Amino acid sequence: MMGLDTPRVRAVVRKELRDYRRKRSIVATMIILPLVFLIEPVVTIFLAPSAEAGSSLNTYVVIPLLYLLLLPVIIPSTLAAYTVVGEREQGTLEPLLTTPIRQQEFIVGKAAAVMIPSALLSYVVIGIFLIAVELFARARISSAIFHQGPILLALFLFTPLLAGWAIVVGMAISVRASEVRVAQQLGMLASLPIIGVVFLLAVGVIHPTFPAALLFALGILMLDTVALRIVSRMFNRERLVTGVKAAGT
Amino acid sequence: MTATALVRISRRSSGSAQPSLGRSWKVVVDGNIVGTITRGQLLDIRVEPGPHTIHVQSMRLLRSPSVSFDASAVQVVGLECHARSEGVLFQGRLFWLLASLCKHDIWIFLDPDESVEPFENSETATRVDSLRPSSFLPAAARINTPPRDGPEGEPALVVDRLTKRFGARTAFSDVSFEVAHGEVFGFLGPNGAGKTTTVRTLGTLIVPTSGSACVAGIPLTPENEGEIRQRISIMPEAPGLYLRLSVTENLEYFAALYGLHPAGTRIKDALDAVNLADRADDLCGGLSKGLRQRVGLARTLMSDPAIMFLDEPTSGLDPVAAREVHDLIIGLRQKGVTIFLTTHRLDEAEKLCDRVAILNTTLRTVGRPAELRAQLFQGALLLKTVKPLSDAEQLFSQIADVESWRSDEPGSYVLSVSDPNATAPEVVRALVGAGADVLSVGEAQHSLEDIYLQLVNEDVEVRSS
Repeated sequence: MMGLDTPRVRAVVRKELRDYRRKRSIVATMIILPLVFLIEPVVTIFLAPSAEAGSSLNTYVVIPLLYLLLLPVIIPSTLAAYTVVGEREQGTLEPLLTTPIRQQEFIVGKAAAVMIPSALLSYVVIGIFLIAVELFARARISSAIFHQGPILLALFLFTPLLAGWAIVVGMAISVRASEVRVAQQLGMLASLPIIGVVFLLAVGVIHPTFPAALLFALGILMLDTVALRIVSRMFNRERLVTGVKAAGT
Repeated sequence: MTATALVRISRRSSGSAQPSLGRSWKVVVDGNIVGTITRGQLLDIRVEPGPHTIHVQSMRLLRSPSVSFDASAVQVVGLECHARSEGVLFQGRLFWLLASLCKHDIWIFLDPDESVEPFENSETATRVDSLRPSSFLPAAARINTPPRDGPEGEPALVVDRLTKRFGARTAFSDVSFEVAHGEVFGFLGPNGAGKTTTVRTLGTLIVPTSGSACVAGIPLTPENEGEIRQRISIMPEAPGLYLRLSVTENLEYFAALYGLHPAGTRIKDALDAVNLADRADDLCGGLSKGLRQRVGLARTLMSDPAIMFLDEPTSGLDPVAAREVHDLIIGLRQKGVTIFLTTHRLDEAEKLCDRVAILNTTLRTVGRPAELRAQLFQGALLLKTVKPLSDAEQLFSQIADVESWRSDEPGSYVLSVSDPNATAPEVVRALVGAGADVLSVGEAQHSLEDIYLQLVNEDVEVRSS
């Protein structure tokens, strides 16, 4: 992969963020969706019986935390699915492809533009949740949550990595999709593997430990990197413009 | 034999210290365009003894460095450079080395030792002697093509037997033509003829199946795609603007993608060129279709392209908006911008283009509209008399040059002749001699539409037979 031209990548990011900010549906979705996701963990935590102990208490604590891991996957999926097919639908893709921008720069710029608000929002929601727990939850519950070190570490580490995964999958679908709506629906598939992992953690098949959290983070990072390269290769100008892949490319 | 001064003008081949400089520069000697230089190319010109002025101009949107010198004394009289576009003049061969160590983007060399044959008659000021490769230039940048279609140097665009197939479907086949610098080249054809696919292929969006092309002096190969895209600009049929961004924000985005720094002046100049400076802060979504088209044109102008590809720029516009776009294109033509214009509006092509090509999957013809008329249609005289001639057959058969005639309405006759201008006086004499009252005699004009329909209908007939 050739070196990236940073000003071009920065230009893509700046333009995307401007565009998001001015599209009310995007702003609304990005604000409402995390708040909806906050309801379930908050209700679970605040309705947890005070007398629970041991493994029962863990269930009340661990599952809401794991639930928050879905945030960085869900938030960017809509935006990521829009990245390429959206440009094509609004007729801006062809002028863009006629510029000297390289496909890696385009992909990285688009991915970064989705990543920044998604990761920030996820961290903000997680932060709000933890502050609310600290301030308003029963002391026993609050204490139990802040003693889930591996899961808290996972929340911190996994947020950008899982967002990256969702973005790359969403973009891969966006490169191939013919319509924004189809891309957005298929983009939700990106969350399936994550839901699977959360389920395995919840039922105790995978035990949340610090080494496991670090190992998983490393694994997701590698997965993201490989997936990003694959998406870059999928980005074929001829196919994007004509719908037909160039022979021999 | 008179000694003449050799002036060499070059642009750095890489690593420009002035990234804001344009991609293609026009070289003007004493007010006459003598050629263009792009990055890494070298232009040699020879001038007779005496004072001369050289301007090296970016595409009119920017002011340019200029230098005055006296070729008889081979001495620099003065050097004036625009603040953003440094130029430098070196004197003598020793300065090649010095020049190569400097970071100036434009080099102008005077070589007092070079003696050559004097130019013939009055061509001195406009003649381009050659584009000679220099040893320090990369091989890819060396162009030896002789000048064509005027004094501008090598063609801006060379297409040779280019073909594109999508599976079993042929978009266009075996297409060959050249476009000279500063030319407005019309690319006509019916819907589905392959015009847009040709533009996309030359713009590196589509890989050709076979054939070759040289776009803005660069061979069309996968390795050169980035460099070609840097030197050209394409305005697709729909301008493709970000409607939630302002005009300036749209242009800023594309300026950054072309690596134009700082972009402010470029954007301002481009907006001035399309008369949109007062709408710079408007959201593109609030602009009419015609104004959006103008923003699209400003975007293509901004990068100072060697070739502008305009794909049906007036499609879907009302007559007033289309007229505005026409005026802009005419303005660009006057400034010497090379424009490749695809359209199926024949009036537009006739009005704007120096030459046209008619494509219907294969290239049917290329030439100036007048040449095409001469090729396709026999000369004809159109004459009108107050009353119908009593014996037209006898009258016209006496005139040697009249090959045939027909009368479409009483008192109106169309005469097929080989040379309308030469035959007209003889026809008038014959008519007057026969006592006819002549209202008018003139050459029958065939429009570009006639040419187009003739060629396209031939294709339809061939297919149906």
